[in-house]
Amino acid sequence: MVDTKSSSPTSSDPRDYRNTVGKIEVPNTKMSMRDVDVFYGDKQAVFGVDLDIAKNEVIAMIGPSGCGKSTFLRCMNRMNDTIEGCVVSGSLKLDDQDIYDPKLDVVPLRARVGMVFQKPNPFPKSIYDNVAYGPQIHGLASSRVELDEIVENSLRKAGLWNEAKDRLDQPGTGLSGGQQQRLCIARTIAVSPEVILMDEPCSALDPIATARIEELIDELSANFTIAIVTHSMQQAARVSHRTAYFHLGYLVEIGATDDIFTNPRHRLTEDYITGRFG
Amino acid sequence: MSRSTIDIVNRNLAKRYAKEKRFRLFGLLSILAGLTALCFLLVTIVSNGWGAFTQSYIQLTLDLDPETLSITDPLDNDQWSYANYTAVIKKSLRERFPDIKSRKDKKRLYRIISPGAGYQVNQLMHDRSLLGQTVTIWLPADDDVDSVIKGHIDRNRPENERRVSDKTLALIDELVNSDQLQRKFNNVFFSAGDSSEPEQAGIKGAMLGSFFTLIVALLLSFPIGIAAAIYLEEFAPKNKWTDFIEVNINNLAAVPSIVFGLLGLAVFLNWFGLPRSVPLVGGIVLTLMTLPTIIISSRVALKSVPPSIREAALGLGASKMQTIFDHVLPLALPGMLTGGIIGMAQALGETAPLLMIGMVAFIVDIPGSFTDPATVLPVQIFLWSDSPERAFVERTSGAIMVLLMFLILMNSIAVLLRKRFERRW
Repeated sequence: MVDTKSSSPTSSDPRDYRNTVGKIEVPNTKMSMRDVDVFYGDKQAVFGVDLDIAKNEVIAMIGPSGCGKSTFLRCMNRMNDTIEGCVVSGSLKLDDQDIYDPKLDVVPLRARVGMVFQKPNPFPKSIYDNVAYGPQIHGLASSRVELDEIVENSLRKAGLWNEAKDRLDQPGTGLSGGQQQRLCIARTIAVSPEVILMDEPCSALDPIATARIEELIDELSANFTIAIVTHSMQQAARVSHRTAYFHLGYLVEIGATDDIFTNPRHRLTEDYITGRFG
Repeated sequence: MSRSTIDIVNRNLAKRYAKEKRFRLFGLLSILAGLTALCFLLVTIVSNGWGAFTQSYIQLTLDLDPETLSITDPLDNDQWSYANYTAVIKKSLRERFPDIKSRKDKKRLYRIISPGAGYQVNQLMHDRSLLGQTVTIWLPADDDVDSVIKGHIDRNRPENERRVSDKTLALIDELVNSDQLQRKFNNVFFSAGDSSEPEQAGIKGAMLGSFFTLIVALLLSFPIGIAAAIYLEEFAPKNKWTDFIEVNINNLAAVPSIVFGLLGLAVFLNWFGLPRSVPLVGGIVLTLMTLPTIIISSRVALKSVPPSIREAALGLGASKMQTIFDHVLPLALPGMLTGGIIGMAQALGETAPLLMIGMVAFIVDIPGSFTDPATVLPVQIFLWSDSPERAFVERTSGAIMVLLMFLILMNSIAVLLRKRFERRW
């Protein structure tokens, strides 16, 4: 693979989006996707996307609704397996391990690649049980004390410890929306994944809760690789190191976040980030 | 411009509200119609059946002397079993009414006591130290006497048109005046099995029969139904086979229940050779009948668990089993329990399939196990409703009241369980 796939200056239509602009490869690759197609039945949602994700980076995926960014994200821990008729082709690798290898067990994969969803979805159990569930099923704690420690650390890292420490036995569903989402993040990091996928984690939250989550993402990037899908360009600009712009199932442009937002190379990216459409 | 919009809106407003009012009125009317029917049903049953919970008893002083009982050797157990307990009652009646001399009148006198009263004396004399003593006890009156006391027999009719003669009425009046004929709580109704004498007939046999039958049905249909629902909903591949199974389950839910009875007769009695009239077979047949209901409601309950909970668990790396048993099942359980209890309530009220496997027999003994011949409450009601005696009419309604009580109880438990375990997300 050549380091860039830039639209040639001779391209007749400046709005052609079938080729990716920008450098796909990164040093210190954590995940590597090549030529990923995703079909929902007869409908193709993602077309030949190539993308690398570096270790400990935050990569934002932006684009208008229906551009395939969430679908692409959900391929990375095979959450699309649960959708009937969803077929993924191409190569997706996590540390050189093929994610879609038929022999691969999705259970350890999802322990390594955690996910935070759009709508906060805590289990209807206590706050403690919410965070402890992952470590329990994977057997990460050998004693109650150890489990307590994991729960406390995870809640601390998710910035929820001070608010939740006195009500660990109360249902997680009783928290506010922002707190619930931080609980979901705590639940995800309790398993110590290597990669965290976030699918519009702030779209159901108010600006203050959003700011807290963004702060949190910044802190978490020290230890985790994070891929975040967002509709908010400001959010992408604030939290991510690199940004990928998707359009109608194609990856149009990828590059350092600063470059994308200050000096987009593709016409469509420019139109989108300047609010001309989308 | 906006002025005219408001005008149009206002013009249509009255029409819109009228439509709304009309709709509410219709709703209210249909509810009222339903309530009226329900009230009518309840009032009829309760007014008919209330009398079944009381029974007329006659107080007699019994002289339990060995001679009348024809017990010559108190150590001979056979003599105790064959002792003439009725003779004691007859003697006591003769002593109470010393003026009655003629043979015909005496016979009439004996008939005011239930023909089964001798059995009560027999029971009483299990305490053998009573031999030779004198006791005063209340014995059930005959059902005709009971009907007179309860006002079901019209005294103003000519004597030859009513079941009770003038002379018997005089006896009844005399006993009532001396407080020796009273209505008391009818504990026989709750402690005896079936009998051809209304005053000796009770629903305990049928209640226990229902209990054993339901236990079998519960133990079989709940695990099978829930396991089938979980498999079909969560694990089974979606193909034409599972579609076929689903269609069949929905069909079975609508099959007339007597068909299940015929199936039970053919398979369990004739083929497997299981005994007839027993709660075990009844329970199996009712299991077949309620399984579709339980499977369908359990699948609905599983379906209603929000996908976000499954995603959350799967996203953490929970396996399919863990996702289902740790998260989906607890959330679906209230719905499953409700479906199960409603299925059980349906089974409790079912008659037709049990007729086919012989649970319709006249069974006096109270069943003590799953393989004792038994009948169930609705079948008992069916049997009594067929009996000609006036006193069985109120017992039929009384048994219906007991059955309704159980149904209300089970349905309230279903509601309570749902409220108790329902969790929000």
